Amino acid sequence: MAETLLRVEGLTKRFGGVVPADAITLDIAPGEVHAVIGPNGAGKTTLIGLLSGELSPQRGRIHFDGADITRSPVHRRSRLGLARSFQITSLFRGFTALDNVALAVQAHRGHSFRFWRDARAEDELREPARAALARVGLAERAGTHIERLSHGELRQLEIAMALATAPRLLLLDEPMAGLGPEESAQMVRMLRQLKGSMTILLVEHDMEAVFALADRLTVLVYGRIIASGGPQAIRADPAVRQAYLGEKENSGTSGGHG
Amino acid sequence: MTAAADPSIKAATTSPLAPRNAVTIVLLAVLALIPLYATLSGNSFALTLFTRVLILAIGAVSLNLIMGYGGMVSFGHAAYLGIGGYAVGILAKEGIGSGFIQWPVAVAVSALYALVVGALSLRTRGVYFFMITLAFAQMIYYVAIGLDRYGGDDGLTIYNRSQFGGAIDLNNKTLFYYVCLALLLGSIYLVARIVNSRFGLVIQGARTNERRMRAIGFPTFRYKLVCFVIAGAMCGLAGALLANLTNFISPALMHWTRSGDLIVMVALGGLGTLFGPLIGAVAFLLLEEGLSRVTEYPNLILGPVLLLVAIYAHGGIEGLLAGRRDG
Repeated sequence: MAETLLRVEGLTKRFGGVVPADAITLDIAPGEVHAVIGPNGAGKTTLIGLLSGELSPQRGRIHFDGADITRSPVHRRSRLGLARSFQITSLFRGFTALDNVALAVQAHRGHSFRFWRDARAEDELREPARAALARVGLAERAGTHIERLSHGELRQLEIAMALATAPRLLLLDEPMAGLGPEESAQMVRMLRQLKGSMTILLVEHDMEAVFALADRLTVLVYGRIIASGGPQAIRADPAVRQAYLGEKENSGTSGGHG
Repeated sequence: MTAAADPSIKAATTSPLAPRNAVTIVLLAVLALIPLYATLSGNSFALTLFTRVLILAIGAVSLNLIMGYGGMVSFGHAAYLGIGGYAVGILAKEGIGSGFIQWPVAVAVSALYALVVGALSLRTRGVYFFMITLAFAQMIYYVAIGLDRYGGDDGLTIYNRSQFGGAIDLNNKTLFYYVCLALLLGSIYLVARIVNSRFGLVIQGARTNERRMRAIGFPTFRYKLVCFVIAGAMCGLAGALLANLTNFISPALMHWTRSGDLIVMVALGGLGTLFGPLIGAVAFLLLEEGLSRVTEYPNLILGPVLLLVAIYAHGGIEGLLAGRRDG
């Protein structure tokens, strides 16, 4: 494996006059939890979009495990091991929790041009899906239709969906969005358990969570990186304090767009 | 498709005694006995009417696969009825009467047409997809009008029904009815297998959340395209049957209003349910037939009925029977 799992160089995305990603350069090492923080409108969600392939940059390159994926479509990046969760819960209505996760497993078990056999009876899909649900603490809710899950459970399911694709890099877009203090704490515990076995890029508003989890941080303001480094260095950085940590009062429960 | 109009797939696991299942069983029993009734009462019109119901139900079943389960609302589905019908009619006129050739050709040409239309239209969604499928169907409609050798606007009489050797004589109306019934049940079974298979789950996932499907690693386009082709092929078969029923083909087979009728049948019966399209086809065609006897303007009554279904019963008749109200 390469020394850096993800290497982003000079990534730039413009929407008319707005530049939510302005020459972004960052490296993520295998096993690292790298947090991207920044005030609303800083371009955090745009960065996730660029990395997952939903947006394509005007300039710059993205290398994943040594391969240039700058122009690869979303589904191919997922096949390579790049998984993302969504800030606004994005699941399959009408399906159970297990169905949802099993579909994510299925995406990585060869092609799906199989028309006859009952997919819900295939252990090859259901077992890894159960394991992913257990990993996020939703084992008992496997058979429940997602319409009946609480918001907190849906957020956990979001993570399970990403885990089920056996990713090598997990892009988490505000996993705490809309969670109460208790649920947030539970999510942090869960993510901490993933730490070490998984490389994670974490976009999050909840500062407490970020400092509890991240090995390194990148601070974005108006699409530009103003600081990058370990938690201590970031806390002490004057530019960061001025631009961002000054608004710490608002950061407890979040849900805004990045 | 909005959340409210979205069909739910959970229905498959209810008790066999639930009203919806009871209605389905009774309906199937009635359909099985129609030829007996027709023979005993001497009412051969009933047999013809119900053969027509079965054939259009196959078309509705195929439309439901893409529209109900796949969320691809095609407004050009009658094109396949036309293509299937013209395949039979043209081959018959050119002296090829064997059903073993006519029917596979009807299916294959329909599949090919679906492949082309799907490849060009499935990149778009919602109303754009709707309009492109309509545009293609209109194109095929005018092509049929231009086919002077095959009757043009006036249509073409087919003098012999498709021949299947000695065993199956489609001129026997009862036998033809049962062939249609068997093919209908076969297509419903096929759809039942497909929607619960890996492929079917991909299709349904692409309906409810295509963006997430891509994010978890599915190239959704190719799955939707194959689904579109399967549905087209299935409806092409219905077209071949329809030509055999009426012994006549004309561009009217694929008039855009017929595409609308198919959509109404599916919506009326219940989007994304296995037997909904059959129930919808029976309800729609019988209502149309009954109303046209009592009034010169059946649509004056049919219209408001459909409006009420659209407003109050998002799950269609199936949904009402299941006690489900998504609205």
